[in-house]
Amino acid sequence: MLRHLLTSALIAGLGAGLAATVLQIAFVVPLILEGELYESGTLLHFSATGSPQSPVTHPDIWAEPARHFGTFAMNLVTWSGFAFILVAAFGLAERTGAKITAQSGAIWGLSGFVAVQLAPAMGLPPELPGAIGADIVTRQLWWMATVAASIGGLGLFAFGRGAGAVGAGAVLLLAPHVIGAPELDTYFGVAPAELSAHYAARSLAVGAAAWAILGTVAGAVWSRPA
Amino acid sequence: MIKAIAKTRASTDVYAIALTAMIGLGLIFAAGFSHAAGAHDVAHDTRHAIAFPCH
Repeated sequence: MLRHLLTSALIAGLGAGLAATVLQIAFVVPLILEGELYESGTLLHFSATGSPQSPVTHPDIWAEPARHFGTFAMNLVTWSGFAFILVAAFGLAERTGAKITAQSGAIWGLSGFVAVQLAPAMGLPPELPGAIGADIVTRQLWWMATVAASIGGLGLFAFGRGAGAVGAGAVLLLAPHVIGAPELDTYFGVAPAELSAHYAARSLAVGAAAWAILGTVAGAVWSRPA
Repeated sequence: MIKAIAKTRASTDVYAIALTAMIGLGLIFAAGFSHAAGAHDVAHDTRHAIAFPCH
């Protein structure tokens, strides 16, 4: 059992980490680098002259190749972490009689995306470098509580029985957003709104793709004949 | 006898599942939440891309 869990998790973590790195470098990192031009003050939006126009720039993503090795390494660690939790959930689900396949794995993966990225983004949207947020520890606590509550809510939808379970699941999914994420009473954004919005949408889309790959690979390896 | 073996296996499974989940939490904490400066710099783009609350 342990070997089965570890093999599935490592293969899925490697696959998703690789895919996430390629997608991030292609679609997300260029916007991070452009955001850093405003974070560092190399470009100023809406200041000095008061002009609402800033030039669209495409920083060279290969100017610091070493930086991407760090991203790759940390993606492997992060996605392996997600993979270990996911296959542990496979193990629990199988004990209740659920069947894990590559197809159901894809749904598991997308549910992971909803719980770990989409739900927290309601309160703490993906931020470009340079964004100022509320106290980091409070935000991390809200993030963890939101992920835990969302996993619980989705779990009740999927495995609970009766209207009570669905109702409790809905309460768990909604509660973090009714309570609300820690926030400041001032906007501090230095980057153009379009850049921030594009960045948030892309990091969520890339996350969804990587989670779908994670779940599909984990389900495929998990269900292969021994 | 068979029941006893099945029971032992089932509880081993629970430990294996718990251990796997703990490893996963450890990896995510190390990559996403460690406040050490070195970890932060290497993980910077990954944390932003996944939207871990970062700094």
